[in-house]
Amino acid sequence: MAAVAYAVPSVLVFVTAALLILVGALGVITVKNPVHAALSLIMTLFGVAVAFVAQSADFLAAVQIIVYAGAIVVLFLFVIMFLGVDRRDSVSVDPLVGQRAFAGVGVAITVAGLITLMARSHWVTGALSVSTKGHALATGSQNVKQLGTAIFTTYLFAFEATAALLVIAVVGAVLLARRDRVADPEEVDV
Amino acid sequence: MAHVATLILLMPLVGFALVMLLGAFMDEKQVGYLATGVVAVSFVLSVLTFILLLHHSSREVTVNLFTWISVGTLHVPAALLVDPLSITMCLFVTGISALIHLYSIGYMHAERDYKKFFLYLNLFVFSMLLLVLANNLVLTFVGWEGVGLCSYWLVSFYFERDSAASAGKKAFVYNRVGDVGMLIAMFLLFSRLHTLTYLSIFAKAGTLTPTVATLVVLTLLLGATGKSAQIPLFNWLPDAMEGPTPVSALIHAATMVTAGVYLLCRMSPVLALSVPGRTTIAIVGGVTAFVAATIACSQKDIKKVLAFSTISQIGYMVLAVGVGAYSAAIFLMISHAFFKALLFLGSGSVIHSLNGEQDLRKMGGLAKFLPLTFPTFLIGWLTISGVPPFAAFWSKGDVLANVFEYSKLLWLLGVLTALLTAYYMSRLFVLTFRGTERFREVTEGHDPHESPWVMTAPLVVLAALSVVGGLLDLPWVHRDSLAGFLNPTFGFIPVIGHASGLAQTGLAVVDVAVAVLGILAAFSIWRAGAEQPRYESSFLENVWHWDDFYDATIGRPLTMASQFGDDVVEPNIIDGAVEGIARSVGRSADGLRKVQSGFVRQYALATALGLAVIVVYLVARAG
Amino acid sequence: MNVPAAWYLVLAALLFGVGAYGLLTKRSALIIFMCVELMLNAANLTFVTFARTLSDVGGQATVFFVMVVAAAEVTVGLGIVVAVFRRRSSTSVDELSEMKG
Repeated sequence: MAAVAYAVPSVLVFVTAALLILVGALGVITVKNPVHAALSLIMTLFGVAVAFVAQSADFLAAVQIIVYAGAIVVLFLFVIMFLGVDRRDSVSVDPLVGQRAFAGVGVAITVAGLITLMARSHWVTGALSVSTKGHALATGSQNVKQLGTAIFTTYLFAFEATAALLVIAVVGAVLLARRDRVADPEEVDV
Repeated sequence: MAHVATLILLMPLVGFALVMLLGAFMDEKQVGYLATGVVAVSFVLSVLTFILLLHHSSREVTVNLFTWISVGTLHVPAALLVDPLSITMCLFVTGISALIHLYSIGYMHAERDYKKFFLYLNLFVFSMLLLVLANNLVLTFVGWEGVGLCSYWLVSFYFERDSAASAGKKAFVYNRVGDVGMLIAMFLLFSRLHTLTYLSIFAKAGTLTPTVATLVVLTLLLGATGKSAQIPLFNWLPDAMEGPTPVSALIHAATMVTAGVYLLCRMSPVLALSVPGRTTIAIVGGVTAFVAATIACSQKDIKKVLAFSTISQIGYMVLAVGVGAYSAAIFLMISHAFFKALLFLGSGSVIHSLNGEQDLRKMGGLAKFLPLTFPTFLIGWLTISGVPPFAAFWSKGDVLANVFEYSKLLWLLGVLTALLTAYYMSRLFVLTFRGTERFREVTEGHDPHESPWVMTAPLVVLAALSVVGGLLDLPWVHRDSLAGFLNPTFGFIPVIGHASGLAQTGLAVVDVAVAVLGILAAFSIWRAGAEQPRYESSFLENVWHWDDFYDATIGRPLTMASQFGDDVVEPNIIDGAVEGIARSVGRSADGLRKVQSGFVRQYALATALGLAVIVVYLVARAG
Repeated sequence: MNVPAAWYLVLAALLFGVGAYGLLTKRSALIIFMCVELMLNAANLTFVTFARTLSDVGGQATVFFVMVVAAAEVTVGLGIVVAVFRRRSSTSVDELSEMKG
């Protein structure tokens, strides 16, 4: 594989996506202001969306932007503003002894190990899927159709389950965020 | 005959059971007569069995009661062996026991634990009969232990007295040490011969190697020294005089202490295989006889004199066994039972008349106050001193004659002992019955009174037996008398060639001379008074400091070791180990507790590190 | 010829690593949540790469569901953060250390 030259556009796209992702990720963990961290997160999510498009996952890229960047990060921002969290957050020295060192070592080893494992097993092994009969995945509207077919037929049960999950999540969120109603004066807790 | 023999054994047990169960509903007299009655019946049955045995075709009759132990190659039946030796022992054991039971009715009158006393006495007789009648070593050992146990109970009968309780313990412990010897002998015999029944052992004894035979003999000797109070395990007997006088008479004069000699006689075929063993036995017997006699010369308590006298006389018996004169040993055993029981019971009568006083220095001149005790005691005294024609002259003479042929040195020792015996017994006699009256303060001015008929009747009977006891085995009718009767048991022992008639008469003359000399010496010295410092020795009085020696070499090191164990081992090592485990568990738990810090990030870190480990493992494995 | 899958996979691994480090090191609950999102995105990227390489649309379906679950999780999670903040007026997770041994 190394001897073959890759199409320049795909390389460019990859580099862009990679930069967006990594810079955003590093931004999340380094900036002091949580609002800035949220914005870095958006950058990462955007980079991931670009990578999705490059990998013929157009619908998912769209969903990524709409749901992740659009809804989830907005939710984050809501909460940040709501709680009024200020920047008194990162201190240079971690109060827990050795946390940063061990974390760095552990994560480094894990990532290195994962990459090694993947390299040793030739990155991608496995047979091509029978459902697409060996053709490459469709792009564009065909992708939506392909994905939709898969979700509503092969993975229907999971789909229904996630629907239920969403309902539960909403109910839970409402309950959690509700202020304690004082029903009777005696029921005031400690 | 089997039934009669079994009943001999069971009668005392029946007595024991009846007294135990119904004793609460009976009064003193009834308990006493019941206990005496069962033993008397036993005696009658023994006589009956004796007659039956005489007319029986075989002289060795085994009575099988039931199979007791049957494990692998070990077969121990509960069976009795009725043969001349055992029936002889039964006769005099039951006879003397019956007389002493009768005596105790009077002696123990109004004691607090009167009924318990007869309970123990009956159990003792049962154990002794079991010991004697058993047909195998294990059953004998049961009886052996039984008599030891009853002896312990009876010696510490007045258990509220510290000295009595200690004496009981001492007797038991010394006996126990001896028992180890007997057990080892049993183990050795079983491992080599695979049987513990006497008749089988005798049949197979020839297969024992000389070394094993010697070992068996020596360990049996150890057991015998424990039970029969010989060197080195004799110190318990003087202390055992703490028990009531009937106990001293029965157990420590006539029956239990003869058990050791009986065992050695019983195992005579095995003894025959080991010359060094028999030599050791003879030396032990001779030396003990002499040493005990020397100690008796300086004792101030009437019962202690008799105790050491017993040790000395049994020394004679052991000596006889060592030289191979088994029937002589048995003859002496029987006659000794007569006169020693007589002497003890007589002394009991004296003590009783003086309200419990036992110190010779507070007696004297009692002859005229005790009209029945005095003459019977006189007969006993003459007998033990070896004056003819009383029993001991014949029996001791028989023993000494046999020893003379074996070793002149041991014979000389025996003769010296006889001299001392005559001396110290005469000293006892003079200090008790003749001379000045020194007892007035003890009796508070009253005259001492004679004992009731229950106590004096046995004295009379025993005195009569001491007079005629010699007839059992007169030297010129050996074949038809006791020795002849016992022949089947000892018959296959090579008989020591008898000396000529002249030599025997010569020896007899020596015996008489020695007796007269001892008597005269004692009379001349002790007539003058009870305190004669020139003729007394604290070394002898303190038992050659034997007790102190044991205390220093065994007693105190053991106490120190135990103290060490208590002070050092127990708190540091044992408790330390247990508490140490507990403490280390606690400490390790405390250490582990720190893992639960409460910080979520640390838990997450732990997870991440775990993931790293797994990944590393996978990488390593795939590679 | 498209860029080989290996590059995207390595990129995803790195993204995962960054997210994990941030998770373990930051103290604000909100930032930790964002790092969780980073890790989830790394996983999504991996799935999509495999879907493309193996021509299996199931990979994309998985991503779809992951996104749904992530949304639900964020909802509930932020609800918890709000509830906790009301009591303690601090989002530091180090404050929640009462379950210590």
